[in-house]
Amino acid sequence: MSAILEPSPPPRPAKNYINVKYTVASWLLTKDHKRIALLYLAGVTFFFFLGGAAAVVFRLELMTPEADLVQSETYNKLFTLHGIIMIFLFLVPAIPAVLGNFLIPLMIGARDLAFPRINLLSWYLFMIGGVFTLYVTIAGGVDTGWTFYAPYSSTYSNTYVMATAVGVFIAGFSSIFTGLNFIVTIHKMRAPGMTWGRLPLFVWSHYATSLIMVLGTPVLATALILVGLERGLGLGIFDPALGGDPILFQHLFWFYSHPAVYIMVLPAFAVISELVPAFSKNRIFGYTFIAYASLAIAVLSFLVWGHHMFVSGQSLYAGLIFSILSLLIAIPSAIKVFNWTATLYKSSITFDTPMLYAAGFIGLFTLGGLTGLFLAALGLDIHVHDTYFVVAHFHYIMVGGTVMAYLGGIHFWWPKITGKLYPEGWARLSAVLVFVGFNLTFFPQFILGYLGMPRRYHVYDEGFQVLNVMSSAGASILAVGYLFPMCYLIWSLKYGKPASANPWGAVGLEWLTPSPPPPHNFARTPYVDWEAYDYTDPRFKPDHG
Amino acid sequence: MTTPTPASSPTTAERARVSEQFDDPQQETEARIFGFWLFLITEAMLFGGLFTVYMVYRYIDSTYTSAFVEASRDLDLFWGTVNTGVLLTSSLTMALAIWAARAAKGRLVFWLVAATIVLGSAFLGIKFYEYAHKYHEGLVPILNWPFHGSGDGLGAKKMFYTLYFTMTGIHALHMVLGIAVLLVLLVPAWKEWFGPENFLPLEMTGLYWHFVDLVWVFLFPLLYLIDRS
Amino acid sequence: MNEEFALFPESASTAAPIVDGLYTFLVLLSAVLTIGVAAVIIYFAIKYRGGSAAFRGGGGVKTWVEVTWLVAPLPILLLIFLWGAKAAFYMHRVPDDAMQIDVVAKQWMWKFQHASGQREIDTLHVPVGRPVRMRMISQDVIHSFFVPAFRVKQDVLPGKYYETWFEATKPGEYRLYCAEYCGTNHSRMKGVVVAMTPTDFEDWLSGETADETPVIAGQRLFEQMRCDTCHRGGGQQSRGPALEALFRKQVPLVSGENVLADEAYLRESILRPAAKVVAGYEPIMPAFEEQIDEEGILSLIAYIKSLGSDAPGPTPQVEEEGPTP
Repeated sequence: MSAILEPSPPPRPAKNYINVKYTVASWLLTKDHKRIALLYLAGVTFFFFLGGAAAVVFRLELMTPEADLVQSETYNKLFTLHGIIMIFLFLVPAIPAVLGNFLIPLMIGARDLAFPRINLLSWYLFMIGGVFTLYVTIAGGVDTGWTFYAPYSSTYSNTYVMATAVGVFIAGFSSIFTGLNFIVTIHKMRAPGMTWGRLPLFVWSHYATSLIMVLGTPVLATALILVGLERGLGLGIFDPALGGDPILFQHLFWFYSHPAVYIMVLPAFAVISELVPAFSKNRIFGYTFIAYASLAIAVLSFLVWGHHMFVSGQSLYAGLIFSILSLLIAIPSAIKVFNWTATLYKSSITFDTPMLYAAGFIGLFTLGGLTGLFLAALGLDIHVHDTYFVVAHFHYIMVGGTVMAYLGGIHFWWPKITGKLYPEGWARLSAVLVFVGFNLTFFPQFILGYLGMPRRYHVYDEGFQVLNVMSSAGASILAVGYLFPMCYLIWSLKYGKPASANPWGAVGLEWLTPSPPPPHNFARTPYVDWEAYDYTDPRFKPDHG
Repeated sequence: MTTPTPASSPTTAERARVSEQFDDPQQETEARIFGFWLFLITEAMLFGGLFTVYMVYRYIDSTYTSAFVEASRDLDLFWGTVNTGVLLTSSLTMALAIWAARAAKGRLVFWLVAATIVLGSAFLGIKFYEYAHKYHEGLVPILNWPFHGSGDGLGAKKMFYTLYFTMTGIHALHMVLGIAVLLVLLVPAWKEWFGPENFLPLEMTGLYWHFVDLVWVFLFPLLYLIDRS
Repeated sequence: MNEEFALFPESASTAAPIVDGLYTFLVLLSAVLTIGVAAVIIYFAIKYRGGSAAFRGGGGVKTWVEVTWLVAPLPILLLIFLWGAKAAFYMHRVPDDAMQIDVVAKQWMWKFQHASGQREIDTLHVPVGRPVRMRMISQDVIHSFFVPAFRVKQDVLPGKYYETWFEATKPGEYRLYCAEYCGTNHSRMKGVVVAMTPTDFEDWLSGETADETPVIAGQRLFEQMRCDTCHRGGGQQSRGPALEALFRKQVPLVSGENVLADEAYLRESILRPAAKVVAGYEPIMPAFEEQIDEEGILSLIAYIKSLGSDAPGPTPQVEEEGPTP
């Protein structure tokens, strides 16, 4: 009998991946996917609060219609910084590089990712990209918006566009390498018995994400190289004054950046697909449908980029094709929402913090997804395009979706990652704060958008003020909601109760190894003989104590 | 419950040669090759973006098509063809180097890798000569250098050269990287480290080299040949 | 202009009710589905809370349910698509009797010129009940013409004409915004569209000191730039092709192809004559790139159009194909 198959929890080994060595070099040169995940955690948390700080400043500025707190130059740099940091340095890496990195080898029963050195290299590339962004911030900022639209970015802007583009370019390679590593690991490193049909949906969803990372990111690299050449050497590719075409940039940019939205949200589906069964103690409903829905989204995501260009002057007929394809993405997304909900039927639900986040996610993602239909409908998009409606829509997906899922996941696996339990009361309070603050911040923006307030506006009409004040008030609640976990999670590292191997009684290989796991995850290669999410299996009972 | 049987039980000697995250050498080799193919796919997407830009400009409107054809006639077909030959030969020597390693031919691997480096460098040299020639003709549309195109569609010609330099430049950069890796491989090749058991680094560099070759096989007709006659 | 707090924008164009109809439908759909999902989650959360006595036997959700929600959204999505497409077609097809206004956008202002010559900056007067075609071009970066009360928006790019149109239904003043981020003062690049009754509009037109009409201005430029030395009205010996009845004509090029002499072609041939040379002529015309601004080009085109059109009847739309540098 293998140790992992015994009903009693395995004894806590003396050495785990955290206390195995304490030197700085042992962290900075580590090849252990779990340590690299923690390095990423530190990195993305830093950038999350930096990007959040920018948002706090411009939300304060937007309390009044006039320019009082900052000038327009500063305002434009703030929202650009917010967008670039949050997208390229937080949302894209957050769940895959922290939770995915930590969990995929554990979930499939591998000792590490296939390429540990490349994994470490990814982190360094991510940090170098981040350093470029920090340099830009300190040196004077960049004001192109995160979309870098030419010819403004390539010819007209007088800010640090080049350094930013280089930063994003490098961070992009980090993402390519992560995706590549995951795909190879999932294909080649599964433990005996871990068939594709038994893979946790977390892994399926990350597989779909990785495909997009590997296929989409290089095209963004092309677009950025061309912007760089136009700006640096005066090669005319996008600027009509140099003989180029600005629409071409938009095609290249969105060919990556729309799939990138799914790079950011598929990992959120990954987390939710674990949380819902774990806290309803029920096998997930429609496993196969959810798995294939992830792949369907990955494929469709490459066919819809043109819906960002309905008013850019692309032909009406191209617009029609992109419109119908964009609407079709609603189907795999809806499947997921309905299946998570159906999982609750005849289940046994407990509302621990991760489940609060999961339930919040389902509600917010539903609304975020439905408002996507408004934007995919051609004639309606003409009015709401480039307004606050778009801002609200993608924050519902990205913040209401991805950030909620990320926080839910961090809480769920915190005992596994750190070996400590977090304080449940504080955590529930902050989950409620985040939910309330989020809705107060972003729901008014739907109304603002339909009223016609364009996005990226520093000064605005008085009629929009009431809704903007509501939004700013919500943002302050949201900020508190985000600071709380930061504090109590750090507190728990020292004062938290020690966690058992499987405190939630969740099904999955990662719960069969001690918390925190030993350096090579499993004492010996595990053998998988249960179906995914089989909550009738007695080996996965909670082991308090 | 049955005791799990591992898929294969590697011997201790085998175990020692495998990175710790893998079970056996076969898994490791497969993972590395598979990973490398994925990397090549990302490279293909990068060049794919450039090819798309080129095709869009070439066929979007008849002025551009004719200007592109005319401009492509100004490219040096002789040296372009020679370069294609040089590069294809280098792919051959690269493939032979891998064969030599697998067939345990010892020092021969070194000479074949060296030949590949020489041929690759020759390609870059010829490319540089072509660039220099274009510079003297005033056909480099950067940094507001004077552009001496003539005839119909000057703007379109400029675009052709913009894309010519961008695409061949990025391709050349890939060549430089490939040569750098081959230079590193010279050391173990000289020490006759490569053999039937140890040829993975050589094989992966070979894949990369063939890929870069393949990109040129697309670039050459696209830039030099189509509608030229 | 409504400066008060509101939840719904003013509706003052013929397109507005179409867009609002679809919007209302989608708001209701979203509300039903979001509240529905939330209600089901809350219901389950209470009924199936851990330790509750609810009956849990007898199997879970059946697979046919899955198939149902796989298929059920399709007709709804198709309805949304067709509705949205219908609205888009309506906003895309400029009515034949539309009056034309030329728009030049630049960092950070909107310049308008009426066909009768009146120029305006950041304010645009239009009559109610008559379609207005906006022919737009940018002098620098990308801008976007956006009038929320009319539900109309179109990006304005450099290098190429783009069109949109609207028909105001209610006199009043409506906000005009730049919706595409265009640099430092993007949020100050706004203006007012004043919709007036036809009589008021006529009064306003006659009260404004009209500048030269675009046609007259174009003719003046034409003479000033000595275009007439080569393009001298159809004579056999002229060095440049005749411009009479040129507009909308198929022009044979030296390359052997034909090209339609539309606004985009005229613009290109003024700025970069060598791009498309007419068959039978030498490429001797100097390029006027950087010699003439966008408003001047618009005037010249207006003048050339005034010399007659090959295709009688209304001007077809500027085609809006993808990248045409």
